[in-house]
Amino acid sequence: MDAWRGNPGSLLGLAGLAPAEIERLLDRAEAWLDAWRRGAVSPVLAGRSVALWFAEPSTRTRVSFEQAAALLGARPIVISERGSSLEKGETLADTAATLEAAGVDAIVVRHGASGAPEQIARAVRVPVLNAGDGTHEHPTQGLLDVLTIRQSFGRVAGLRVAIVGDVLHSRVARSTTWALAALGASVVLVGPPTLVPTELARALPAEVCHDLRAGLEGADVVMALRLQKERMVAAYLPSEAEYRARWGITAERLGWAKPGAVFLHPGPSNRGVEVETDVHDGPRSRVRDQVRNGVAVRMAALERALSGEEAARWRS
Amino acid sequence: MALLIRGGRLIDPATGRDGRFDVLVEGGRVAAVAPDLSGRLPAEGDGVEVFDARGLVVTPGLIDVHTHLRVPGQAHKETLATGTAAAAAGGFTQVCTLPNTHPVIDSPWLVEAVLARAREDAVVRVHVVGALTKGQEGRELAPLDAMARAGAVAFSDDGRPVADAGVLRRAMEYARAIGLPILDHAEDPGLTGRGVMHEGPVSLALGLPGIPAASEVVAVQRDVTLAAFTGARLHVMHLSTAGAVEAVRRAKEAGAPVTAEVTPHHLALTVAEVERLRYDASTKVNPPLRDESDRQALVQGLRDGVIDLIATDHAPHSGDEKALPYVDAPFGISGLETAFALAYGALVESGALTLPELVRRMTAEPARALGLPGGSLREGDPADIAVFDVDAEWIVDPAAFRSKGKNTPLAGRRVRGRCVATFVAGRRVWGERP
Repeated sequence: MDAWRGNPGSLLGLAGLAPAEIERLLDRAEAWLDAWRRGAVSPVLAGRSVALWFAEPSTRTRVSFEQAAALLGARPIVISERGSSLEKGETLADTAATLEAAGVDAIVVRHGASGAPEQIARAVRVPVLNAGDGTHEHPTQGLLDVLTIRQSFGRVAGLRVAIVGDVLHSRVARSTTWALAALGASVVLVGPPTLVPTELARALPAEVCHDLRAGLEGADVVMALRLQKERMVAAYLPSEAEYRARWGITAERLGWAKPGAVFLHPGPSNRGVEVETDVHDGPRSRVRDQVRNGVAVRMAALERALSGEEAARWRS
Repeated sequence: MALLIRGGRLIDPATGRDGRFDVLVEGGRVAAVAPDLSGRLPAEGDGVEVFDARGLVVTPGLIDVHTHLRVPGQAHKETLATGTAAAAAGGFTQVCTLPNTHPVIDSPWLVEAVLARAREDAVVRVHVVGALTKGQEGRELAPLDAMARAGAVAFSDDGRPVADAGVLRRAMEYARAIGLPILDHAEDPGLTGRGVMHEGPVSLALGLPGIPAASEVVAVQRDVTLAAFTGARLHVMHLSTAGAVEAVRRAKEAGAPVTAEVTPHHLALTVAEVERLRYDASTKVNPPLRDESDRQALVQGLRDGVIDLIATDHAPHSGDEKALPYVDAPFGISGLETAFALAYGALVESGALTLPELVRRMTAEPARALGLPGGSLREGDPADIAVFDVDAEWIVDPAAFRSKGKNTPLAGRRVRGRCVATFVAGRRVWGERP
C-alpha cells in the first residue's frame, strides 16, 4: 500500500517511501548528530516556525521535536490540548487551516486517531509531519530505530530483526517494519496471536511467529514493544505475569538471538514485564542511543520539510 | 387528469409482463395495460398527459425496506422532504424509515407523528418501522402491538443489535402474535468491539480497528436459529459476508421463516475501496465493505434466491460528521439516489442477473417480505411507477443529490442506469416533462 505523500516535505508514514529517500534522511540525521556533538549546528531554519500539535499526551516525542526545532533555529509553537479539535467541535481541517493562516511553516501532529495527519495534510499547503497517529504509523520513531540499527552494524541490508510484543496496537512496529524491509532487512513479528495476528504477514512486509524462541533465533536485533495494562482488561492477555513468563525479554532469552545481537525499545518501558532491567540497561541495549538519535532524525525531517533547498531537492 | 405512459418496455415481475406496453392511469390507479391503448384515450382536450416512454424501461415504483429518514430529531442529516425527494429521484415510491432516531421511535404516538408528518412533507409513501425494544436498549420490549395499531409495518433495533438472546427470543415470540416481521441487524457487539472497517490486511496496515466477518456470521446463526425456534418472521438486513449468506441458506432449507436483504454498496464495492480512499470516512459503513470473495457470495446469494431483495440502508450524515477522523465518524452511505445504478452495474451489466430479476428484487420482493401493498402494476393497483433510462451514463455528483446526505464513496464514479421519472398515485414526483 502506497502511503499518500502529502505536500512536498510532508512525512506521513514510511510505507511506500523509496529506499533512497529513507537513506538520505538517515544520512542527514547522522550529519546533524555529528554537528550537534561538535556544537556546530547551523541554524538553517532561523525565522521559521513549527506548530507542534499534540492532541494526545506525549513527552519524549514532543520534547524531541521541540529540541530538534530549537537546535535548527526554528520556533516551536506547542499546541497541546488533548483532543482539542473534537472537544471544541472544530474539525481537523478547520484547526489545521487556522494554524496555516497564523503563518506556521510546518505542522507536526500527534493524534490518537489513525489517519488524522493525512486528513490534515489534505487541508493545508504547508508540510505535515506525522508524530504518531493512532495505531497506524510513527515515521520518525521508525527512522530512529533504523538509524540506531545502522549505527550498530554499519548496515541494514541482510539483518534479521525480531519485533516482540503488542504489534497490533503499535504504530512504531509498523513504521519500523516498513523502513527495515525497504532497506533490505528481514523482519519477524513475535508475540501471542491476540497481539500479533497471523494476518499481519499479509499487511506488512514481515513474517509472523508465535513462538518466542523460534522468533529470536538468528536475530541480529531484538526490539521489545511496550505492553499496555489495558490489554489485560480487554482480554488480549490473562495477566502481565503470564506475558512476562512467555514473552518477556530476559538475558537468557536474548541469548537465543545471534551472538552480538542488540536490544531496542521505543519506550517508555515496563521493566519486569516486556523486558528485564538487566537487558534494558545492559551492554547490548541501544535504548539511550535511540533517544539521542530521535532528536537527529527529527532535525533531518524538519530540514527536509522546511529548508528551501532541501525541499526543492526532495521535490525533484 | 389521466396519464398515458406510452410505448415503454414494461417490466412488472409480479404479473410476469415484460414487453412493449402502454399504461393508462386514471384516478391515481392503473386503469389499463395493453400493447396499444391509443384507442382508449379520452377525447383530446379532456386533459390527458402523455409520457413518451419509447426507449425507456417502465417498472412498478421501487420499494426500499431500509431507509433512514432521520425523523424525528436529526433534521441536519435529513428531513422527510429531502429524504423522500431523494427516494423519488432514485425511482422509489415507498420507503420504510427505521427507528434509530432522536428520540427512538418506540411508542405509538411517535409512529403516528412520523406518519402524520409524512402526509404533509413526503413525496413518496412512507412506512414506519418501530423499535423492537424501548429506547433500542435491548432490555425491555417496546409496545409492539400499540405501534402496530398506530401503523408500524415492522420492528427493528437497527443500529443497535439486540445483544441478549433471551430478549430477542421474547421479542420474536411477541412479534409473531402480532404478525409483523422483525428487521434484524445481525451483529455481535462483542466481536465488533470498537471496529470501524472490515478486519483483515487493510485494517492492519491502516491501523484501524477491524470488524471481523465472524461478528455477522455468529449473529445471523443465532438469529435464524431463534426464528426457527419461535416461528417469527425474521428479515435479516444488510448481509455482507459469505458466511452469513451460508447461514441464511441453511435456515431457509430447514424451513425457517427468514428473508434477507443486501445493499447495492455491498454488491458493488469491497474493502479495496477503503484502501483506495484511505482515511476518507465516506467508505465507513456498518456492516463494513468486505472482501471480494464476500461480494461474490452476496451476488451468488441473490442469484440463488437465498437473498430475497435489495435495500439501500440509506444513511445520510452531515459533511462535518463525516470529516471527523475515521474512527470517530459515523457509519453510513447516502444511498437512495445511486441504488439502481449501482445495482444495475454490479448485477445486470456484469451478467449476474437479468434486468427483470433486478426489478423484481427491488419491487415485488420487498413488498412480499414486509407485506406491503404495491410492487406491481396490475389493473386497479395504485399507479406507483418508475421510468428508467438504463442506457444513460452519468457521473455521481453528491452535490446534486436531493438528500441532505452527500456522504458517498462514489463521487466522480461513472455509472449507468438512471431514473428519469417517478409517479406516485399517478402524480409525477420526479423528472422533467419530456
